[in-house]
Amino acid sequence: MAKKRTIRTIPQLRTAMTEQEPAERVRTFGEVACGYSLEEALRETERCLFCPDEPCVRGCPVGIDIPGFIQRLGERDVKGAYDVLTDTTLLPAICGRVCPQESQCEGVCTVGQTLAPVAIGRLERFVGDAAIREGWASVPFIEPAGHKVGIVGSGPAGVACAADMAKAGCAVTVFEAFQQPGGVLRYGIPDFRLPNEVLDAEIAKLARLGVTFRCNTLVGRLFTIEQMVEEMGFDAVFIAVGAGTPDFPDIPGASLNGVISANELLTRCNLMQARDFPAHDTPVGIGKRIAVVGAGNTAMDAMRVSRRLGADVMCVYRRSRTEAPARAEELHHAEQEGIDFHWLTDPIEVLDDGHHGVRGLRCRTMELGEPDASGRRRPLPVAGSEHELECDTVVFAIGTNANPILGQTSRIKLDARGYIEVDDDLATSLDGVFAGGDIVTGAATVILAMGAGRKAARSMKRYLGLVDSDVVYQETAAEDTLFGIAADRLGYARVKVPA
Amino acid sequence: MLSSEGFEVVRREDLSEVTYLLEVRHPELARAARPGQFVIVMSHAEGERIPLTIADLDRSAGTITLVVQAVGKTTREMQRDLRAGGSLYALVGPMGHPSHVGEAKKVVIVGGGLGIAPTYPIARAFKESGAYVIGVIGSRNKDLVFWEDRFRAVCDEFTICSDDGSVGIKGLVTLGIQQALERHSDVDELVAIGPPVMMRACAELTRPRGIKTVVSLNPIMVDGTGMCGGCRVKVGTTTKFACVDGPEFDGHQVDFDDLLMRLRRFQPEEKEALERWQTQGAAVT
Ligand SMILES: Cc1cc2nc3c(=O)[nH]c(=O)nc-3n(C[C@H](O)[C@H](O)[C@H](O)COP(=O)(O)OP(=O)(O)OC[C@H]3O[C@@H](n4cnc5c(N)ncnc54)[C@H](O)[C@@H]3O)c2cc1C
Ligand code: SF4
Ligand code: FES
Repeated sequence: MAKKRTIRTIPQLRTAMTEQEPAERVRTFGEVACGYSLEEALRETERCLFCPDEPCVRGCPVGIDIPGFIQRLGERDVKGAYDVLTDTTLLPAICGRVCPQESQCEGVCTVGQTLAPVAIGRLERFVGDAAIREGWASVPFIEPAGHKVGIVGSGPAGVACAADMAKAGCAVTVFEAFQQPGGVLRYGIPDFRLPNEVLDAEIAKLARLGVTFRCNTLVGRLFTIEQMVEEMGFDAVFIAVGAGTPDFPDIPGASLNGVISANELLTRCNLMQARDFPAHDTPVGIGKRIAVVGAGNTAMDAMRVSRRLGADVMCVYRRSRTEAPARAEELHHAEQEGIDFHWLTDPIEVLDDGHHGVRGLRCRTMELGEPDASGRRRPLPVAGSEHELECDTVVFAIGTNANPILGQTSRIKLDARGYIEVDDDLATSLDGVFAGGDIVTGAATVILAMGAGRKAARSMKRYLGLVDSDVVYQETAAEDTLFGIAADRLGYARVKVPA
Repeated sequence: MLSSEGFEVVRREDLSEVTYLLEVRHPELARAARPGQFVIVMSHAEGERIPLTIADLDRSAGTITLVVQAVGKTTREMQRDLRAGGSLYALVGPMGHPSHVGEAKKVVIVGGGLGIAPTYPIARAFKESGAYVIGVIGSRNKDLVFWEDRFRAVCDEFTICSDDGSVGIKGLVTLGIQQALERHSDVDELVAIGPPVMMRACAELTRPRGIKTVVSLNPIMVDGTGMCGGCRVKVGTTTKFACVDGPEFDGHQVDFDDLLMRLRRFQPEEKEALERWQTQGAAVT
C-alpha cells in the first residue's frame, strides 16, 4: 500500500451489486443478486482500513481472517484470498450469500461507524464463486489414518465436519435421509438466493476429498447410532440432523387444507422442484393469495417463492419491522418484490371456506410493550382490533423443533426440548459420538452450523488421537495448499511428523 | 454417488388389473424393517416421494415387497414402466414406529382393499407371538383379492367379505368383524388397515365394546421424517405427524373426518397430472 488509507480517502460509497430488476425476477427462480465483477470487487477492497484490532474478525462466528483475504484480493491474488478464506470457512460461496453479515462482521466494521460498512459478504462470495469457476480446491494427498467416521445429516454442520475428517485421513461416510445432500441449503433456501450449482460445486469438492455420500439413508430407523458404533465399525460419529420439525400454532383452523408449513412449501418447491409441476410430479399446493406468518429467513423465502409462483403475498408478523429476524438483505428484497407487510399483526384464527379450505385469516393488532426475555419488546394485543385478511393459503414460518427420529431410536441424552445434549467439546452422552448444528442449538445459522462441524472435527481428531500435522499433503503445484493455506504464508509444516 | 443410487426391482407380479407387487433389493432395509413400517419411494428423479407400506420382506434374499395400487399418475406410470431388472430412483426407510405386537391373546386383523398387503406381516407377527388370529379381508370383488393363501396360513380363522358376493360373504368387512365378535367375546385387539372410511367403521364397531383398536393412517407425505407437517393428523386433542408419531394410532381417538378432508388436498392437481399423463405419455412405452 502506497499511502495509508483513512476513512476520508477510501471510496465513500459501498460498491453496488447488480441485481435483477424486481419486476423481472419475480417471474423466475434465477439468482437475484448477480455478484461483483473483478473491478467492482477490487474497488470494494479499497474501502477496507485494515484495522489493527480487526473488529470484523471478532464479529465473525468462526473468526475468518477478513482483512487478510481482502488484502490478497486487493492485490488481485484471488487464489490467495481463497486460501485465506478456506482456512476457516469451507463454503465461502455459500456463506457469502446467506450469512447475516449485518449482525456479524459488517455490523462491527469500523467503516460502518461512519459510512456503509465494507461489503465483506459480497467479497467473500466473489472469491468463493471464482474458486468454483476456476475449479480451485485443495485436494491433498491424504494418508489414510485407518479410522472410519460416520456423519449423520448432510447440512452445513455435517459437510464441514466431513471435510475436516477426510483431510485428516479418515474414511468418511455422510448419511442423508433425502435423495440429495445439502440439508437446508438444498431443501430450504431457494435457488434465487443460493443456486443449486453453487451447492453442487461445494459438495463435489467433498467427494474429491474421498467423502462418500449415502443418500436415502434414514439413520435411527435403517440402523441406529448405537449400531454404527458397536456393529458397523465407525470409530467416531457426528450427528448433524438439524431442527426442521415445523411448529403449528394452537389456533382454530390450523389443520385446514390451505394451511401448510414453510418447510413443506420450500421442500416441495426446492428439493422436489414442484415449481415445474407437471414436468416434475410433485405439486406445490398453494393458492393465489397467500399469508405467510413470521418474518425470519424461512418466512422471507416462503414469501418470495410464492411470489414467483404467481401469487399475491402478505407477511403477517406480530412484532414490528425492527424485530424481524430475517437477514436485512432478504427483507429488503422481499419489500422490493411487492410483498404486502402487515407488521404488529397476530393471527388468531384461520377461517374455513366451508370445504375445509381457507378463506381468510382473522388477526388482531398488537403494540409493543416492555422488552421480554429475548430483549425484544413484547407484543401486546390492542383491544377491539380484530380484523380479517382475505387469503386462500396460510403458510406458517413460526419456528421449528428438533428432528425427532434419533431421539426416538437411541439412548442418547436429550434435553427437555428434544435437542441433543453435548459438553464443551460437542461430545454427547455416547462414547465416540459427537453432535452439532441446529440439533444442538436449535434453529440458528449456516455459519454457526459449519463452525460446529469444524469444532466437532477437532474434538473427534483428539478423541481418535489424530494430530493435524500427521497428514501429508502432496504438492501438485508450487502454491498448493493445506486447508487452502499456502505453507509459506502461514508457516505451516506440511510434512509428516515422525511418530 | 452424490444423489440417488437406484434400487433394483427383482420381481414384479400383477395381483390384479390395478394392483401390482414389486420386490426390491435392499438388504439393510430388509434386515431393519418391522411389521407396520413404511418406506418412501421415488420412481425417477422427477418423480414425487410416495409412501408405501412394507407388505413383506425376505431377509435371506435381502428384499422387501411393496404392493401398489395404480390410482394416480405416479402409481400408473410405475405400473407401466417398472419390471424386474428395472430400478427405483429412491427408496428410504423403514419409517414410522413398528406395530406393537404385544400381549394380545386374541386379535382380529382387518385388511381392506390394498390394506390386505400391509396387514399380512402384522397377522404373521401376531401368529408368531402365539396369539389366536382372526383374519378378515375385504374387497370389492373376487378379482381384486390377493394373498388369500398366505393370509390363511397365518390365521386361525379367516373370512373374505366382498361387496358383490363374488367371493366369501357378501358385505363389508364390518359384517365379517361382527360375526367374529359374536363367536368370540374375548377379543383383545383389532388392527385395521384400509381406506379411512373402512377404518372408521371398524373403530365405531369396537368402541362400544371397548376393544383396543389400532389403525394405520395414510395421509399425504413429503419427507417422511417429520420436517414438513403435511402428514399431520388429529388424534384426540393433539396434532400428530403420522410419519414420525405413527403411522399407527388408537382408532378410537383419530379424527377421521379431518383425515378424509386432508386427503383431498391435492385432488385438482392429481386429476390434472393424471389427465395430462393419459393424453400425452401413457400410450408411450
Ligand atoms: C428456509 C430457511 C432459510 C434459511 N436461511 C438462512 C440464511 O439466509 N442464513 C443463515 O445463516 N441461515 C439460514 N437458515 C438456517 C440454516 O439453514 C440452518 O441453521 C443450518 O442449515 C443448520 O445446519 P445443520 O447442518 O445443523 O442442519 P440441516 O441443514 O438442517 O441439515 C440436516 C440434514 O440431516 C438430515 N437428517 C435429518 N434426520 C436424519 C436422519 N435420521 N438420518 C439421516 N439424515 C437425517 C436432513 O434431511 C438434513 O438434510 C435458514 C433455514 C431455513 C429453514
Ligand atoms: S473492520 Fe472493516 S475496515 Fe476494519 S479490517 Fe474489518 S472489514 Fe476492514
Ligand atoms: S411427511 Fe413431512 S412431516 Fe410427516
